[in-house]
Amino acid sequence: MITTLTRIPVVNYSNLKARAGYSIKIDNTEIALFKVTNGKVYALENRSPHPKGGVLSEGLVSGEYVYCPFYDWKISLLDGKVQAPDEGQVRTFKVEREEDIVFIVL
Amino acid sequence: MKKLVMIGNGMAGVRTIEEILKLSPEQFEITIFGQEPYPNYNRIKLSNILQGDTNFDEIIINPLDWYKENRIQLFTGETVVKIDVEAKQVISNQGREVEYDDLIIATGSNSFILPIPGADKIGVTGFRDIQDCEMMIKSAEQYKKAVVIGGGLLGLEAARGLLNLGMKVDVVHLMPHLMERQLDPIASSLLRAELESQGMNFLMEKETIEILGDERVTGLRFKDSSEVEADLVVMAIGIKSNTEVAKNSGIYVNRGIVVNDFMETSVPNAYAVGECAEHREIVYGLVAPLYEQGKVLAERICVGEAKPYAGSVTGTQLKVAGVDLFSAGEIFEDGSTKSIMIYNEYDGIYKRVLTRNNLIVGIVLYGDTKDSTKLFRMLTKKEDISGVSIFQNECSGAGANDDIASMPNDELVCGCNGVTKGAIVEAIQTQGLTTLDQVSHCTNAGRSCGRCKPMVSSILAYTLGDQFDAAAAQKTSICGCTTLSREELMAEIKTKGLTSVKEVMIVLEWNNEEGCTKCRPAINYYLGMIHLDEYKDDRDSRLVNEKMHANIQKDGTYSVVPRMYGGVTTAADLKKIAEVAEKYNVPLVKLTGGQRIGLFGVKKEDLPAMWEELDMPSGYAYGKTLRTVKTCVGAQFCRYGTQDSMALGIELEKKFERLDTPHKVKMGVSACPRNCSEAGIKDIGFVGIDGGWEIYVAGNGGVDLRPGDLLCTVKTQKDVMEMTGAYLQYYRETANYLERTSKWVERVGLDHVKEVLEDEETRRALNERMDQTLKKYIEPWNEAIQNEEIQDKYYTQHTIKVGE
Repeated sequence: MITTLTRIPVVNYSNLKARAGYSIKIDNTEIALFKVTNGKVYALENRSPHPKGGVLSEGLVSGEYVYCPFYDWKISLLDGKVQAPDEGQVRTFKVEREEDIVFIVL
Repeated sequence: MKKLVMIGNGMAGVRTIEEILKLSPEQFEITIFGQEPYPNYNRIKLSNILQGDTNFDEIIINPLDWYKENRIQLFTGETVVKIDVEAKQVISNQGREVEYDDLIIATGSNSFILPIPGADKIGVTGFRDIQDCEMMIKSAEQYKKAVVIGGGLLGLEAARGLLNLGMKVDVVHLMPHLMERQLDPIASSLLRAELESQGMNFLMEKETIEILGDERVTGLRFKDSSEVEADLVVMAIGIKSNTEVAKNSGIYVNRGIVVNDFMETSVPNAYAVGECAEHREIVYGLVAPLYEQGKVLAERICVGEAKPYAGSVTGTQLKVAGVDLFSAGEIFEDGSTKSIMIYNEYDGIYKRVLTRNNLIVGIVLYGDTKDSTKLFRMLTKKEDISGVSIFQNECSGAGANDDIASMPNDELVCGCNGVTKGAIVEAIQTQGLTTLDQVSHCTNAGRSCGRCKPMVSSILAYTLGDQFDAAAAQKTSICGCTTLSREELMAEIKTKGLTSVKEVMIVLEWNNEEGCTKCRPAINYYLGMIHLDEYKDDRDSRLVNEKMHANIQKDGTYSVVPRMYGGVTTAADLKKIAEVAEKYNVPLVKLTGGQRIGLFGVKKEDLPAMWEELDMPSGYAYGKTLRTVKTCVGAQFCRYGTQDSMALGIELEKKFERLDTPHKVKMGVSACPRNCSEAGIKDIGFVGIDGGWEIYVAGNGGVDLRPGDLLCTVKTQKDVMEMTGAYLQYYRETANYLERTSKWVERVGLDHVKEVLEDEETRRALNERMDQTLKKYIEPWNEAIQNEEIQDKYYTQHTIKVGE
C-alpha cells in the first residue's frame, strides 16, 4: 500500500483572527484550526477525547491551550495532550504556511 | 538498589509507598501491579460519583505522572497470580516475572456477594470500584427499579446515589435497625425517617434467598416467601479480603492475610497492608487505620525498626444527602456504662457519649458532628472526663483554641488525606499562609470530604494568633491564575483604571498569561459592570453559548430560541417560525419552560440565515442575563386577574433584555395570588394584588429549590420598574460572578438588601447606573447578520473536498 501525504490548502492566513478557532471539514475529517496570540496556527481533530466528545473549535483559547467547551478539559494545541487531572490526547495535524496560504498535511 | 514489588494499587498500598519514598527515596526500585486499569484513586469518593457530586478525574489521588516522577514501574490491568516465596519473585497473569527483595501484598478486598441462586445474573453487582459505579450509572439510564441489599454505610450511600440517578430504590436489611453496628436504635430510627422522606423505601428484617429472572435480574425472593421487583441489585453487605494469591502461595491466611504488629506475614520479606490484612484478628475497612498500618510498614521496610502497630479504634463518618453521622467505639449500654445525651428531635440532632470509669468508650453523633474530632481524640487517648464539659457550647471561641493547644502535633486532622496538626502548623508558619483555601492547597487537608475544614480553620486561627483575620481566612481567589479575590480584583480594576481583560491579566500579574475558563468570563463581566456603557465586550472571553449567541447541544448542533416578550406571540410570528423550521429541517420544535418556542438541532452554519429569516430578537436562552419573563393571562382576559400581568411582563422583558448579570435571571408575573406564572420560584417574581404588586426575590426552581422572599409591596407598575431596576443593579454590583440571586440573598441577607433599597436616593443612583449600562446593548443576531467578519469568524463551516 502506498501512503501519500496530502497537503491541503485550507485558508488564508490573513483572514485568521488570533485566539479564535475555525472548523474545517476535509472530506470526512473535521479539523479545528486555531491561531494563537503569538501568531502560530495549530490544527487538531475537532473532537474532545472526553468520553462524551464534543467539538473543540468553539472552545476558549488561552496561550497554547484550548478549553473544551463541553467539559472544560484543558488541551495543549502543541501535541493535543489533555492536561492533568484529566487524561487523553487529541490527534494533531501538521500545519504549513507558504506566504498567505495555510496548508494542513494529512 | 533493592527491589520492592507491591501487589495492588489501591489507597493503603500506595499510601505505604508514599511513606517509603518520604523515608528513603533512593532505597528501592519499585514495581506495582494493579488489577484495575487506573492509577490510585479515592475509593471513599465512589459514592460521591454515584451521587453526581464529582467525576472520576477528581478522585484520582496519584496521577500517572506521580508514578513517573518517582520512577515507579506500574503495570495496570495486570494481576499477580503466583508468588514464588522461595525464589522471591512474582508471576503475573501475563506471564511477567519480577524479582523482589521485599514484597508488599495490598490486594484489598472484594464485595461480598451472597452465595444464593441467581447471584450471577446480569444486573447484580457489588459496590466496590469504578466498574461497579459505571454499571450502576448505565443501568439507571435504562431501568427504573433498584434494590440494595444491605442497610449499612455502603448500602445507604449506594441507595442515595441510585435515587439521584432517578431510580426507585428499595433497601433490604437483615436486621431491625439500619447501620446497627455503628448506630444505636434512636440514631438509627432518625436516619431511617430522614432517608424515607428522601424517597428511600426500606424492607427490614428480610433475608434474601434467591435472585429471580432469566438472564437479567427481575426480582428478589425472601425467606418469608415474599418477593420484590428489581431491575438492578446492588449487594452491599460487606467486604471480603482478597487473599487468593497469598493463600495459593503458601502464606498463612485466616479471614485476611495474617500479619504481626510490623505487618509481616508468615513468610520472610513478605508484608501485607490494608483491607487484605488481618491484624490481631481484625480486618480494617476504613482509611485511617490503613494509613496507620502503612506508616508502620514503611518504617519497618526502610529502617528495620518501627513502633509496633497496636490496632486502631475506628470512627465512622457518613454523610448521605445532608445527614451528618459519626460513630466510634462501643454502641450498646451495659451495666457498667453511663450515657451523656443530647436529643433534639425538632432539629434532628442526637448525640450520645458512652462512658465507663470516667473514660469515653463510645460515641454516636447524628445531625451535628462538629464535636467528633475532639470526642474521638478523648476516646482514643483515654482522657479522663471528670470535670470536662463533653459537648461544646455554640460560641466557645476560647474553648476551641484550648482544644487546639492541647492537641498533639502528630494527631490526624484530615483522615482522608492523612494530614496531621503538625503538618498544617508547619505549612502555615513556613509558607506564610493566611487563608483556609491556601492551607488546603498546600497540605491537602480538607480537600476530600471536607469534614475537617472547621478544625483546619481553628488551627489556622490558633497558629496565626493576633494576625488571624477571620474574614480574610475564608477568602477564595477567583481561580488558580491569581490569588486575588473578587473584592480585590474589583478594587484593582477601579484604582488602576483597567479597561480590558488582557490588561487585567497583565497588570495584575496573572500566572497564566491568557487566563482560563473561570477567570476570563468573570473579568469580562466585572469590567462591563464597572465601566457601564464604556466597556467594549471581549467576545472571545465568553464561553461557547454566549460567544455564539446560541446554545450548543450535545451533538455540536445549536438551538435557536427567539424572544417572545412575556410569552405573548401572534399568528404571523408563529407562521414564520413554522416556515423557518420546515425550511431548515429543524429536528425538534419544542415549547420551552420559559413560555417560548425553541428550535433544536440547528447546524452552526445555518444560524445567521435562520436568524435573518426569523427577523426576531434573540431570546438569550443561553446567557448569564435575563432569560424570560413568564406571565399569566391576567386582567385582560382572566376573571380572577387583578392586574395586567402581560403588560408588566412585556415591559420588564423589553427593558432588561440583554443585560449582563452575574448569573441567569428569570422573572415571573402573576395577576393574582393563585400565581399561575409560578412567580414564587423566580429570581424576581411579581404578584398582583388589589391596588398593587408584591415583589418576591431570590426564588429558585432549579437545583436549589427555594421559595422567594417578599421584598416589598408597591402600588404602581412604575414603582415596580423602579424597584426592579435598583434590585437588579445592586445584585449586579455585589454578587460574585456565577452566583444566583438565591445564593446571593442568602449570603448578604434579605434584611440588608431591604435596608439598602429602602433609601430613595440609593435607588435613584442604582437606576441611573442601570440605565446607562443598558444603553450599550445591541441585538446580537442582527449584528451577526450585518457583519461579515463575525459570520466568518464564528459561523462558517469550511468544507473542503479533496480531489475534486
